[in-house]
Amino acid sequence: MKYQSQKVALYYFVGALVLFLSQVSFGALAGAVYVWPNLLSETIPFSVIRMIHTNSLIVWLLMGFMGASYYLIAEEAETEIYSPLIAKIQFWLFLFGGAAAIVGYLMGIHGGREFLEQPTWIKVAIVVVALMFLFNLTMTVLKGRKTAVSMVLIVGLWGVALLFLFAFYNPVNLVLDKMFWWFVVHLWVEGVWELVMASILAFLMIKLTGVDREVVEKWLYLIVSLALFTGLLGTGHHYYWIGTPGYWQWIGSVFSTLEVAPFFAMVLFTFYMVWKGGRTHPNKAALLWCLGCSVFAFFGAGVWGFLHTLSNVNYYSHGTQITAAHGHLAFYGAYVMVNIAIMTYAMPKLIGREPYRQMLNMWGFWVTSSGVAFMTFTLTFAGTIQAHVQRFLGESYMDVQDQLGFFYILRLGSGLVVVIGAFMIVYSLFVPGREARRVSPSAHSQAAE
Amino acid sequence: MNERLSISAARNIFYGGTIFFAVIFIALVINSVNYATDSETSNASELNEKVALGKEVWERNSCINCHTLFGEGAYFAPELGNVWVRRGGREDAEGAADFIKEWMKSQPSGVEGRRQMPQFNLSEEELEGLVEFFKWTSGVNTQNWPPNDEG
Repeated sequence: MKYQSQKVALYYFVGALVLFLSQVSFGALAGAVYVWPNLLSETIPFSVIRMIHTNSLIVWLLMGFMGASYYLIAEEAETEIYSPLIAKIQFWLFLFGGAAAIVGYLMGIHGGREFLEQPTWIKVAIVVVALMFLFNLTMTVLKGRKTAVSMVLIVGLWGVALLFLFAFYNPVNLVLDKMFWWFVVHLWVEGVWELVMASILAFLMIKLTGVDREVVEKWLYLIVSLALFTGLLGTGHHYYWIGTPGYWQWIGSVFSTLEVAPFFAMVLFTFYMVWKGGRTHPNKAALLWCLGCSVFAFFGAGVWGFLHTLSNVNYYSHGTQITAAHGHLAFYGAYVMVNIAIMTYAMPKLIGREPYRQMLNMWGFWVTSSGVAFMTFTLTFAGTIQAHVQRFLGESYMDVQDQLGFFYILRLGSGLVVVIGAFMIVYSLFVPGREARRVSPSAHSQAAE
Repeated sequence: MNERLSISAARNIFYGGTIFFAVIFIALVINSVNYATDSETSNASELNEKVALGKEVWERNSCINCHTLFGEGAYFAPELGNVWVRRGGREDAEGAADFIKEWMKSQPSGVEGRRQMPQFNLSEEELEGLVEFFKWTSGVNTQNWPPNDEG
C-alpha cells in the first residue's frame, strides 16, 4: 500500500463481505423453501427472502466496487484520495441505507419493482451516496495522473449513477415501465458494470503480472469497446415479449449474441497477460481469482447467456429456471469473482501483512465455484424440462414444478456448498494466519507490488 | 496487441463507437415508446384509474418476487401477464374476475408440501383494481408470447 488514504477501502471490503454472507445465507434459505414450501411461509414469505437475497448481492457488489475504486484510484492517480472523510461518511450512509432497506423488507415495507424494491427515500440516499463517491473519485483523478484504467473506471461509475436515475421513473403503462426498468438492470450488468470490472482486472493485471501498462490499457479499451458496442443494442433481448415492436427480436438476437465477445476477450486478456508477464507474484490466490473471474464470466454471462438469447429459443425458455441458471453463474463469474479478486489482492496490503491463508482462500475458490457451477447445471436441467413440458406441451405451471423437485433438492445441496465456500473465503480474508508471521521483512519489501 | 494501434486511437474508437451505438439505441427506444403509447399499436388508451390502482397493489405487495409478469420476475409462482386469459376472462369476464378475487381471499392454502401464497388482506376496491390490471396486461401485444395459455 503506497498511500495512507487507500485504507478507506477496508471499510468497504468489510461491509461488502458481511453482506456477501447475508446474500448467500438468504439464498440458501430461498433454496430450502423450494424443497420445503411451508418453511417460514407465515413469518417471512418467499418474496421477502428473495428480495433480501438479491438486494444484499447488489449492495455488496457496489460496495466492493467502491472499495476497489478507492484502493486503485490512489495508485493510478499517484496521489492521496481527495477526501478520506467523505469516503468514510459515504460508507456509513450507504451501509445504513442498505441495512434500513433490509430491516424494512422484513417488516413488509417495500416497493414492487424487481431489484428496485427500496423505498423512495432510500433511493434518494443511494443517489446522494453515489454523488459523494463520484465527486471524491473525480477530484482525486483531477489532481493526479490520468490513466486509461482510472478513466474507464470513472466513466463506468458515472454511468452506473446516471442510469440509476431511471429507477425513479415508474409510469402506469407497464410496457414503458419495463422498457426503462431495463435501463437500470441491463445497462448496468451488461453495460457499465463491465467497464468497472474490466478496469479492476486491468489494474490487477498490471500489478500481478508486471506487463507494460501500455499493452494492458490497449486491451482494456478493446474489451470495453466490445462491451458497449454489443451491450447497448443487446438490450433488445429484453424487449422481445413486453409489448415493444417486433424488430427487437432481430436486433436483440444479433447484438446479444455478440455480447459473448467482450467476455471472450477478457479470457484471452487475463491468460495472455499472465503468460507474457511470466513472473511469479507472491499473491497466487489473487491471480487465481482473476483467471477464474474471466473464465466463469465467459461461461456464465457469455455461454449461458447465449444459450437462451436467440428470440426463437427465448420464446420457450423465457422466464424459466434457465434464466435463473444464467443469472447465478453470470453474477458469480463476472461480479462476485472480480470483487473477491481485488479483495484478495488488497486485503493483505490494507492490514499490512503478506498474502496469508492463501491455501484456505484458494480452497474457498474451488468450493464456491464448484457449488455455483453445480447449481447452474441443476437449474439448467430443470429449466430445459420446464420449457419443454410447460411451454411446448402446455402442462400447467404448478404440475410442472412438482416434477422438478429432484433438481431443487440438488440445487439446495449446491447452495449449501456455496455458503460453506463463502465462509471460507471471508475467514481467509479477515483472519490472519500463522503463515503471515513467518514471512521475513526483507522478502516483504522485495515482493511488494 | 498490435503495435500499429496507438493507445489514443483505441480510446477514440471506444468513445466514438459508444456514442454511435448509443444514438442508434436511443432512436429505437424513442420509436418503441411511440409504439407502446399509440392507440393504433398498443392498448395504452385503455389505461385508467383502476388499472393504475391495480399496478400499485401489485407493486406494494411485491408480487414480482414470486410470480412473473411477461416472463420477468421470480419463477417461484405462475406467470400472471396472461392470467386473465388462462382463467377464461375472454369468454366469461365476470367468472374470471370472481375467480381471481376469491383466490386472493382464500390464501394461504396451508396445504402441506405446496408453495404458499400470503394473505394480503386487500379491500374490494383493491381487488377490483388488480383484476383490471390483469385484464389490461392480457391485452398487451407481446408478440404471441407465452406459447400457450399456461404461461
